[in-house]
Amino acid sequence: MPEAFTRTQIEAVAALALLELDESEIDRLSRQLGAILDYARQVQQIDTTGVPPTASVALQHEAEREDVVEPSLDRREALANAPDADPGAGFFKVPRVIG
Amino acid sequence: MSRPGTILDLRDAIRRGDRSATDVCQEALGQIERHEPSLHAFLTVTADQALTRARAIDTDRARWQDQPLAGIPLAIKDTLCTRGVRTTGGSRILDRFIPPYDATAVARLEAAGAVVIGKTNCDEFAMGSSTENSAYGPTRNPWAPDRIPGGSSGGSAVAVAAGMAPLALGSDTGGSIRQPAALCGIVGLKPSYGRVSRYGLLAYASSLDQVGPMTRTVGDAALALRVLAGADAHDATSAPTDVPDYTAGLTGNVRGARIGIPRAFVDGGSGIDPEVSAAFTTAMQTLAGSGAELVDIDLPHAPTAIPVYYLVATAECSANLARYDGVKFGYRAPVDRGEATDLRTMYARSRARGFGPEVRLRVMLGTYVLSAGYYDAYYRKAQQVRTLIRRDYDRAFERVDVVAMPTSPTPAFPIGERIDDPLQMYLADVFTVSANLAGLPAISVPCGFAAGPLPIGLQLIGRMFDESTLLRVADAYERAAPWWQQEPARCLP
Repeated sequence: MPEAFTRTQIEAVAALALLELDESEIDRLSRQLGAILDYARQVQQIDTTGVPPTASVALQHEAEREDVVEPSLDRREALANAPDADPGAGFFKVPRVIG
Repeated sequence: MSRPGTILDLRDAIRRGDRSATDVCQEALGQIERHEPSLHAFLTVTADQALTRARAIDTDRARWQDQPLAGIPLAIKDTLCTRGVRTTGGSRILDRFIPPYDATAVARLEAAGAVVIGKTNCDEFAMGSSTENSAYGPTRNPWAPDRIPGGSSGGSAVAVAAGMAPLALGSDTGGSIRQPAALCGIVGLKPSYGRVSRYGLLAYASSLDQVGPMTRTVGDAALALRVLAGADAHDATSAPTDVPDYTAGLTGNVRGARIGIPRAFVDGGSGIDPEVSAAFTTAMQTLAGSGAELVDIDLPHAPTAIPVYYLVATAECSANLARYDGVKFGYRAPVDRGEATDLRTMYARSRARGFGPEVRLRVMLGTYVLSAGYYDAYYRKAQQVRTLIRRDYDRAFERVDVVAMPTSPTPAFPIGERIDDPLQMYLADVFTVSANLAGLPAISVPCGFAAGPLPIGLQLIGRMFDESTLLRVADAYERAAPWWQQEPARCLP
C-alpha cells in the first residue's frame, strides 16, 4: 500500500512550489504523489557506490565568447505579454506590496 | 483524393512546376477543414498567413527554387514559439501569449521555404503521453477516433497522419515525438541532445528536451533534420558538430549493420502487448533478411529508466516552470482588494489556476525531490542511475551500430483509460525515456498493425550524433517493409 502524504507535508511542498491548493487538490496530490514515489523508490535499490551523477549530456565546449552587443527585444515588445505593465515607464506592474 | 504526398514528392512537383506552392497549401488547409472537427489536431490555424506566404513563393520562384523545403506545409507543436502567432504550450496559463520571436527550429524551416499552416495540440507543457493533458481538449487518433494519438506531440502526429501537413515539428523529452508517431503510423525522429537548437522551445526538462521532425517517411525526416541541425548562438547546449547530408547517406544498404536487441528488457516486465511483440519480431527478421546482423544485448538498468526519468524530469520542470508567475507574461489570477498586499497569493493563485492537474502534480513532485532532506535520496540517486543507463548504452555500442526495441509497449489506448492514473500513463514511455536520459538519437518507424487496425512503431536508437547510421538503417527497413503507405481509411472523405 503506497504511503500517502500528510496534509502538512503537501502544504509545505505547495508553499515551496507557490501553488494555492484547495481541499480536493490536497487529497488528490497526497494519493498520487504517494503512489509515484512508492514506485520511484526502486531506484534506491540500485548500487551506485562511486557512480558520478549525470546532470547533463551536453558536449563540453567553449562556452566563453566575446561580449558583442546584438539587437534584442525592445522594451515595448518585452512588456507586450505582461498581464499588467506600464509601457511608457517601462515597468511590469504587480499588486501593491507596501501598504 | 489521392494519397497525400511526401515532402520529396511535393518538393519535386513544385520544382518541376507541376504544382504551385499555393495549390499545395490549399490542399493542406482543405484537409484541416475536413478533418479538424473530428480530430482536433490544431490549436491555431494560420490559413491567411500561409496562403500569403505560399503565393510569395510562387511569385518569386527564382529565389526559392533551390531551397530544400520551398512550399512545404509545416505544422508546429504549440510548445515552440512563433513570432506573432499565439503559443500556448497546451496551457491555460499561456492562453494569450504572443511570442515576440521565433524558435530557431521554426526560423530554419521557414528560411528553407516551409509554409507554417498552424500550431498543433499537445499535452500541457509537453507533460503527458496521450495529448489528453491539453487544456484545450484531447486530439483523436485518425485510425480510431475513440483512441488517443499518443503524446505529447499528438497534434503534430495527427496532422501528418491525416494528410494535413507532410512535415510537423515535435519536441521529445521522454518519447513525445516517437510515441505519437508510432501510435499514428508515421515517422518521428528525436535527434541527439544538442543536435537541434532548443531556443524558443518552452522548457520542460532542459537536460532531456529535443526538437525533431515528424514525417511520413524516413527520407523526409533526413531532409528536415539537415535543415534543423547545427549550432545556434542562442542555445549554449547546441553542438558545434558537423551536419552531414543525411539524405545522401540513405543507401538502402544495411548489409553487415549490427542491430542490438535487448531481449530481456523487451520481453520481461514491460507489459508489452502480444501484437506489438510479434510485429517487432517480424521487423527484426525483415532487417536480418536485408543483410543486417542481429545481436543480443543487455541493458540491465533499462527497467529503472521510468522512475529515473520522472524524478529528473519533474525536478527540472519545477525549476523551469517557476517563470510562470503572472508577472512578465501569461495568466494572472485576480486578487481581492483585501489580499492585495500579498504578492505571494497572486503568484500561487495564478499558478494554481493557470496550470492543469498533471502540471501541478509534476511541479509538486519535482519540488519535493529537490527539497532539503530528499535531494540525495531521490534526485541525486536518480542522476547516478542515469549514469548507469548511459554506460549500458556505451557498452552496447561497442558491439552494435543501432539498438532496436518497440517504440510503445501497446497500440493506442482508449481516450480516458489512463487519465486518472498517472503511473499507468507513465508506463507508456517505458521504451522511449532511456534515449533521452542518455542523449541518444532515436527514431520510430511504422512496423505493422494490431487489430483495429492500430499502427505499431519500431524504435531504433543510435550512437550519439550518429543520426546518419540511424537513418540509413531506418530507411532500409522502411524500403523492405513500406508500412507507411497505409492510410487511415476513416480519415479519407
